[in-house]
Amino acid sequence: MLNFLTYLINGLSLGSIYAIIALGYTMVYGIAKMLNFAHGDVIMIGSYLIYTGMITWGMHPVPAILLAVVGCTILGITTEKIAYKPLRGAGSSLAVLITAIGVSYFLQNLSLLIFTANPKSFTSVVGWEGVSLFGGELKIQGVTIVTIIVSLLVLAVLQFFINRTKQGQAMIAVSEDKGAASLMGINVNRTISLTFAIGSGLAAIAGALLCSAYPNLTPYTGAMPGIKAFVAAVLGGIGSIPGAMIGGLLLGVIESLSKRYISTQLSDAIVFSILIIVLLIRPTGLLGKKIQEKV
Amino acid sequence: MILSVNDLGISFGGLRAVDDFHIGIEQGELYGLIGPNGAGKTTVFNLLTGVYRPDEGKILLDGDDITGLSTIEINRAGIARTFQNIRLFKDLSVLDNVKIGLHNRFSYSTLEGILRLPNYFRTEKEMNVNAEELLEVFGLKDEKETLSKNLPYGKQRKLEIARALATAPKLLLLDEPAAGMNPNETGELMETIRFVRDHFKMTILLIEHDMKLVAGICERLTVLNFGSVLVEGETEKVLNDPEVIRAYLGED
Amino acid sequence: MKFTKQTKHDLITCGIVAAFYILVTILSATGHLSNHFRGLLVPLCYYAIAAVSLNLVVGILGDLSLGHAGFMCIGAFSSSLFSVAVKNSGLPSPLRFLIALVIGTLMAALFGFLIGIPVLRLNGDYLAIVTLAFGEIIKNFLSAVYLGYDEAGIHASFKSFQLQGEGKMLINGAMGIQGTPMDSSFTVAVLLLLITLAVVMNIVNSRTGRAIMAIRDNRIAAESVGINVTSYKMLAFTVSAAIAGCAGVLFSHNTTTLTASSTYFGYNVSIMILVYVVLGGIGSIRGSVIAAAVLYVLPEMLRGLSTYRMLIYSIVLIVMMLINWAPGAIAFRERYGIMAFLRRRNENRGKEGQRS
Repeated sequence: MLNFLTYLINGLSLGSIYAIIALGYTMVYGIAKMLNFAHGDVIMIGSYLIYTGMITWGMHPVPAILLAVVGCTILGITTEKIAYKPLRGAGSSLAVLITAIGVSYFLQNLSLLIFTANPKSFTSVVGWEGVSLFGGELKIQGVTIVTIIVSLLVLAVLQFFINRTKQGQAMIAVSEDKGAASLMGINVNRTISLTFAIGSGLAAIAGALLCSAYPNLTPYTGAMPGIKAFVAAVLGGIGSIPGAMIGGLLLGVIESLSKRYISTQLSDAIVFSILIIVLLIRPTGLLGKKIQEKV
Repeated sequence: MILSVNDLGISFGGLRAVDDFHIGIEQGELYGLIGPNGAGKTTVFNLLTGVYRPDEGKILLDGDDITGLSTIEINRAGIARTFQNIRLFKDLSVLDNVKIGLHNRFSYSTLEGILRLPNYFRTEKEMNVNAEELLEVFGLKDEKETLSKNLPYGKQRKLEIARALATAPKLLLLDEPAAGMNPNETGELMETIRFVRDHFKMTILLIEHDMKLVAGICERLTVLNFGSVLVEGETEKVLNDPEVIRAYLGED
Repeated sequence: MKFTKQTKHDLITCGIVAAFYILVTILSATGHLSNHFRGLLVPLCYYAIAAVSLNLVVGILGDLSLGHAGFMCIGAFSSSLFSVAVKNSGLPSPLRFLIALVIGTLMAALFGFLIGIPVLRLNGDYLAIVTLAFGEIIKNFLSAVYLGYDEAGIHASFKSFQLQGEGKMLINGAMGIQGTPMDSSFTVAVLLLLITLAVVMNIVNSRTGRAIMAIRDNRIAAESVGINVTSYKMLAFTVSAAIAGCAGVLFSHNTTTLTASSTYFGYNVSIMILVYVVLGGIGSIRGSVIAAAVLYVLPEMLRGLSTYRMLIYSIVLIVMMLINWAPGAIAFRERYGIMAFLRRRNENRGKEGQRS
């Protein structure tokens, strides 16, 4: 039982990381309608920034994370400006997808050049040992608890931002209808930039938490979590903030439990199977809106 | 009777979009379906062509019950249509657009196509002949190699009608064929529609806002208002009906 | 004999492949090709085949699939399984390869069909992520499974096991299949590429292809003229999967160690093939073949630049996408590009011709 609880909590923690990435993913998708394959690599860049800050420059974790958030935000805005914005209004959504793949290759190979393929051992940004319950039977690591708390905080702040602020409302408007939004006097370009900024900033936070829990940092660290987070976002219903949260948590728990109880090798297959099953029953995800084409 | 519809109805959510709709069209007739914006005209077309499944009512095509069939089955049964917002196969040539309309009338298997067996060449030739005949009728033969998206607007409308006719329907539905046309083009279109009826002995039901066109070519009309039939009958009578005028101009 | 414009275009495509084959064969016979380059020839063909197969889905059907590496994986494993099992049975190697080819292609078609049933109801990006998921599941499953036979019969498990007495491990978990005979060669690969081209181009230029493209251009209009959207989508997807499976057969019979690793069958490979298709021109079969050949060989030839080569590749990829697709760049080209210049000149000449 306690064993189960341990894996469940670990799953929630992993799921929280997926959720933070998925939140960024879902916002960017909602507004730019693009599969941003480079999103996972922003996580990796963020993690390298923290690593450099803490190990090379001997910074305290908090300023190191801030550095990464600022760095990733700038990275997000820049890539949007250079690579994605010129393609807005191009006939095919494939064009921007392939460009995002190009950006992903670019970020991976840039890191490969700077940091080499040798894995870097990441020092946890959470110094706290964690708690020990039931006379030491159930140990919960500090980073696990911090991850869950941080993700809940992020969700709350995002919900407030989207529903209660003018900028957030502008985001909803742009994601519904760019043309109408700009007629209402919303600066569409700035709103999209802001969305990329928030998504990339969140990716940096996710990177800090991911590498604290799984301290093996390579140029490819971000790729799979990026894909899984996208799966989580689709699972929850793409474009939906609570959906991304639920999807992320669900994915993390399923992955953790199937690793423990079914098979380590097959855990990814199980995670992806869940996505397929959910989409077969609800083609737009758990909390997604149904869209019908008008004849 | 080619088309006979009774008690047709559908709701979306709580909204009654079409209620107790009925219509009867004779072979070879040119029939108009008119009404103010949002009266449910296109919804009626979507019900007739199986895009929506009716909640109640019965649709008989040439005596056969086609209620609840899919769009594909209804086309095979003999109803073809055009769309309010033109829906051509835009990256295909004018000729190919019509040949796709011929799809179910001239057949060979995928394997025969891959292996280019004699049947492939024979059937393709037949399809070309047929398609070109149709294009000739609509004055599109010289542009058969043009991509349909590069045609001028008026010709796109004509091509859509040609494609619909290629399926050899018993009944042709035209959804606002004159939308977006200037008076010259509309005049030409009226000629075309009348020609299609005479040349192909076609029965045509059309939705239209252009009263000149409706008055000019339709023999009978049904006026739809708030999803149900307001008035029906011969064109002249219907257009002079005070109730119809009120529905269009609003109550004072 | 008179050919239509389309047939001519298709024959030229096949001619390009044949000319390339002849050129390479001559250069190889006269000793002008390095071993490294010769090693690239078969992969070049199977990636070209894979690109043509993906183009059938992406360009002709208009749906996005990110799981084609999964179909390659199925073709590779099912055919290798057969070839390894009958390796010492005295079956002549051409016949063995032919049967392996049929098995690999049919198995991939079967999976394409089964996956297509649920998946093709979805649209756009949802379809992309689900096909990606399926590709990953296939790869994951095949790298976790153990299959072998001994005196007691056939054993399959997700945990490694010991065989009793005489027997053989066929699939050894993450170690995959060992000892597939090297039955593929450049000649066989080019032949299969030509067959693939013929099949796909003939489909495109037939009634079937028109129906598939009609669905791509306007699904609702296609239904309105009585085209069975579901069955033509299934057909295109299944044929595409089968051809990807055929590429997989070439893959596995070109290597002695077959593993279902991400390097060979992960979603990254599906994406790489998609890059070939998009850069070659969506819907252009000839473009897919040329793009696959150039983009596969180029980075390999730049091995000397080592770490910089993929960085350069990624920048080139981004720049090419921007030049080809950005509305701003397109407008610029139309105004100032070479083609626009030539067109204007021709128009002016035409006018002069009318005057005289």
